[in-house]
Amino acid sequence: MTVKIVNLKVNGVDKALMAKPETTLLLALREHLGLMGAKRGCAQGACGSCTVLLDGDPVVSCLVPAVAVDGAEVGTVEGLADGRTLSDVQRAFVDGFATQCGFCTPGMIMSAEALLERNPDPTDDEINEAISGNVCRCTGYEPIVSAIRDAAATRRASAEARV
Amino acid sequence: MARVNPIDGEFFKSERTSGFNVIGTTVPRSDALGHVTGRTEFFEDRTFPDLAHVKIHRSAYHHARIDSVDISEASKVPGVLRVITYKDVPANWYTVLRLIGIEPNDEPVLAEDRVLYAGEPIVAVVADSEAAAIEGAARVKVGYTALPAVFDVEEAMSPDAPVIKQAGTNFFVYEGHHARRIRFGDVEEGFAQADRIFEWRYSSAPIEHAPTETTGCVVVPQADGRLIIHTNTQAAFFTLDNTALILDRPFTDLRVKGGTVGGGFGGKVDVMVEPLACIAAALTNRPVKFVYTREEEMQVSSPRAAERIYIKDGVLDDGRIVARKIMLYVDAGAYSRHSPYGTTKAAAHLPGPYTIPNVYADCHCVYTNRTPSSAMRGFGVTIADFAIESQMDRIARALDIDPLRFRLINAYRDGDMKAHRKVASGTALIEVIQRAAALVGHDLPEEYLALSSSTPGEARS
Repeated sequence: MTVKIVNLKVNGVDKALMAKPETTLLLALREHLGLMGAKRGCAQGACGSCTVLLDGDPVVSCLVPAVAVDGAEVGTVEGLADGRTLSDVQRAFVDGFATQCGFCTPGMIMSAEALLERNPDPTDDEINEAISGNVCRCTGYEPIVSAIRDAAATRRASAEARV
Repeated sequence: MARVNPIDGEFFKSERTSGFNVIGTTVPRSDALGHVTGRTEFFEDRTFPDLAHVKIHRSAYHHARIDSVDISEASKVPGVLRVITYKDVPANWYTVLRLIGIEPNDEPVLAEDRVLYAGEPIVAVVADSEAAAIEGAARVKVGYTALPAVFDVEEAMSPDAPVIKQAGTNFFVYEGHHARRIRFGDVEEGFAQADRIFEWRYSSAPIEHAPTETTGCVVVPQADGRLIIHTNTQAAFFTLDNTALILDRPFTDLRVKGGTVGGGFGGKVDVMVEPLACIAAALTNRPVKFVYTREEEMQVSSPRAAERIYIKDGVLDDGRIVARKIMLYVDAGAYSRHSPYGTTKAAAHLPGPYTIPNVYADCHCVYTNRTPSSAMRGFGVTIADFAIESQMDRIARALDIDPLRFRLINAYRDGDMKAHRKVASGTALIEVIQRAAALVGHDLPEEYLALSSSTPGEARS
């Protein structure tokens, strides 16, 4: 069993950890780096609770071997807020009652952040598709889709204000 | 922002309609900030350098006698710390309902001489790593003699069915009876008065809650031997009581830390993981995690019970139901868990929110060799409602009566005696139907709009 050093830039900060071949990115984040935002719901890539951004793209971190992503940039829910200031997506989830038990929320938010980065004005169909790999069992998808729509509008308004 | 409807003072004249702090306002969820920032602490969101893991060797048979259990190969797996059998469980009975007086105990924590469903836990393996625990559990060897199994509630009730329960019957005994019974009026006399008789059968499959966070706990032994249980249980006090009874230790030895549940819906009230995790932690003096895999959550955690319901109604041409007879079967699966209680709830709910002068019901809590069922959102009531309301729609269609009017004709009202001898109060069914009809633009005649829950029905009694 070869243990390797894996270097990652996590939420903008350089990190190094020792990973076995079977250490998943999810385990590396949670148990090696103490970032508990990404959740283990199924450990088989089916529920999306462990979604993080890998070089900007959403991935189910339970299926990614940590040794395979040496040198990558990883974004997790812990990196979104600026101090006490929430990201637009986080704010919209709070204001729109898009959380209930909260277990799917970090993964759902990361999928939404990735969507809005590449598509600032998504249709509801595009939102549905972006979160189609994220299972929610209690909030219900309607407030979640509506919160993502609201976040997109807020982001567009602040982008316009900056021009 | 969410719309909030104030209390309807037109219908609920005795209710206060203003001066509230919360009702009529929008209040942010107190836990939302934790959820969106990833800072909400679920039970699994803590690690310990010496954390050990529990995995289970489960029954390969639906019903079998256990002839032998060989743990020697499991013990030799590198990293395996301890192999736990029923002999290590101080009081080997789950006692989920003993504390509210429902007996007999019927489910062992770990199987002893028999298994009653596929997936029943037989041996628990504690290991340094999850992988070693999985390997150890896979190497346990169990010798079985297969026994005849029964999978259908009505087959289980038939006199020639194999008796699967040690208590001697395939059904829970309610005060000497084969079912929780309702006897109100004279149902046969009611059928004799009726212009029409309608009888249909309804059935449902088991339903798994499928919470995104699977059932689990982390137990941390303290220097003085006490145990801290970090758990996602929905029932902290059930967990405390049942775990203490199974460990045969005082409640004060245990500290349950819970309250954050990643989806429950009733699926996390059965106290299935904490007792074994506590035994493992006590035997190894290590923090121990026992969490269901997704497969275990789907396969062995209790689902909502499958039910089969026969409803026979006697109805007058004017739409009044004069008799309702119900044969209801709850598939408890192999063990009681909360099903005897759920079946009593079903009985108390009959004949639905309607006042019917003659009601007869037998509600059976039946054991089969299927995964034990238990609590889920309104269990006992939900499937009965599906059956009753389907029945109401079918009768309304058969009589060519508007289904809302058919319900209004039979709706219970404040002061009515219900079949299980409780007086109905705060009913509001009539008002809810009237308001729902208005919201969807469904016209009701004047005399139906004039009905009220607080005045007796003139057409009845």
